Amino acid sequence: MPVENPRILTKNYGTPQSWTIDAYERSGGYSALRKALTMEPAKLVEEVKAANLRGRGGAGFPAGMKWGFLKPVPGKPNYIAVNADEGEPGTIKDRTLMELDPHRCVEGFIIAALALDVHSVYCYIRGELVLAIRRMEEAVREARRKGYLGDKVLGKDFKLDIVIHAGAGAYICGEETSLLNSLEGLRGEPRLKPPFPAVVGAFGAPTIVNNLETLATVPTIIEMGGDNFSKLSRLHDLKDGGVRLYGVSGHVNKPGVYEAPVGITLRELIEDLGGGVRKGRKLKAVIPGGSSTPVLREQDLVNAPDPKHPLHRWHGKSHLDVPMGVDTMRALGTMLGTCCAIVMDETTSMVRAAENLMLFYAHESCGQCTPCREGCAWMARLCTKFANGTATRQDLDTLLDVANNIMGNTICALGDGAAMPMLGILKLFRHEFEAAIGHEQPSWGGVNA
Amino acid sequence: MAFELTPDRKAILDELLPRYPTKQALTIPLLHICQEQNGHINEDVIAYVAKTLGISTADVQGVVTFYTLFMQKKVGRNVIWVCRTLSCELAGAREITHCLEKKLGVHCGETTKDGEFTLLKAECLAACAGGPMIQLNDRYYENLTPEKLDEILDEARKRRDDKVKGAFSPVGILANPGSK
Repeated sequence: MPVENPRILTKNYGTPQSWTIDAYERSGGYSALRKALTMEPAKLVEEVKAANLRGRGGAGFPAGMKWGFLKPVPGKPNYIAVNADEGEPGTIKDRTLMELDPHRCVEGFIIAALALDVHSVYCYIRGELVLAIRRMEEAVREARRKGYLGDKVLGKDFKLDIVIHAGAGAYICGEETSLLNSLEGLRGEPRLKPPFPAVVGAFGAPTIVNNLETLATVPTIIEMGGDNFSKLSRLHDLKDGGVRLYGVSGHVNKPGVYEAPVGITLRELIEDLGGGVRKGRKLKAVIPGGSSTPVLREQDLVNAPDPKHPLHRWHGKSHLDVPMGVDTMRALGTMLGTCCAIVMDETTSMVRAAENLMLFYAHESCGQCTPCREGCAWMARLCTKFANGTATRQDLDTLLDVANNIMGNTICALGDGAAMPMLGILKLFRHEFEAAIGHEQPSWGGVNA
Repeated sequence: MAFELTPDRKAILDELLPRYPTKQALTIPLLHICQEQNGHINEDVIAYVAKTLGISTADVQGVVTFYTLFMQKKVGRNVIWVCRTLSCELAGAREITHCLEKKLGVHCGETTKDGEFTLLKAECLAACAGGPMIQLNDRYYENLTPEKLDEILDEARKRRDDKVKGAFSPVGILANPGSK
């Protein structure tokens, strides 16, 4: 089955000046907002629930259900905090929405605000993404000028403003409570949960934190109806609905961002969308959805003879042929994450790949919890020993031990997000670490390698 | 000498203030604006931000040291962030980094003697499909080769536009005083 090319979220990509309000309105933009203004807020939430929209930020939590958790407090406003702190290695999708179709994002924020009785939306964008910040800010200004924002949204008695807030370079601020602290002007250290943001969020008020793509999908859901949107997915029956953006990078011929239904396979993402592994080489491993998700290999087959097993339908098939959904990837022992795959061909040293990733986490750990602060740095140092050939057999045990002692022992998921891929690589490629004892890894990182 | 924002930059702050329920929320935006003016964040800037927002200098210092975009020492007229994370490294980031170090005669983390360039390593900049890539001041340059680097560096050396600088502010352009 060829991969469908729905062109819904990416409808305006490629249109000249696609980021301007004129271009957006010409393509039918803001008509979903007009429809939403005629609907009850509860009905809007219902449509998003019916859409089976899973959060696009990595955790895959049902967005409609999350909206249902908002607990208004008398005398306090409700807030929406948009998570556009795209920083998970491999992840490249939200940037394209902000740069190429910022009004789709703005329209989504407005509809979400109507649904949740929110009058201030804070969109937190990582500070490095200057073009995205400029385009989003300009979109907000245009929308205000046209009456989509302001004291009366399109004449309705509903006041709304969107604030574009630039971060300052910290991966951890993509964690929702860390994002809230950062928005409040603090160090981006995650908060203990509970209370969850829907109860006590930004500035002590109930807050819904949604990924940017999640909200940019909302106009389409309102326009076509939640159920119709959900059915665009190949995993509609698993309550994982609609279309989404995929990214693919690393050793493929056509790295990039692509739109496809939920539930295409990794093989389709690599072969059909990504143009296949470069130079006709064989695939060694693929990180399915951002660096925190454990790697998969082509030669591993689904072992699910039990008809009740969630993967039974794909029993005997390669891991690359299982549809990418929140629940299917979890059942495979990895995660769907951000749906942005990093592809590694047969020439890749998994020791060096692990070292690269662990250096990332060691740099980005916020330092609040000891297991993560010390553990990530420790894993990075050990991986470096394996990469330069000075590691001992004892180091392999220590590496496993350190990774296992981070899991579950920290306030937020960053530590787990480092330990999981480390353990995943050790499980599938232990032999490469064993072979690296006493042998320096070949150099890598050449432009034409 | 005490630090003060210029009136045009102060106007940006004044427009941002009513958008947040607390003054402290302005810490990061205000630091961006100050850094763009001053080139980096020093004790005077920290004292100014603390006084302006009614918070302690320790609070501000804590924020400055947490975020990578805040420079605690003087940087070059141009700042190059070279991405070192996995997708870029698979695509050749090591070669690009070595090339930059050689062409500029500095290591990552250092500034050239003439003050033209500071070279820094960056963690994933969300441009993985365009690896290897760098961020030069506020712009991304993707799918790099050693040859392309020459052009980019030459262009940056020749450019005399004051508005483009290593200590850029993503916030300065945000607020456009007077426009509603």
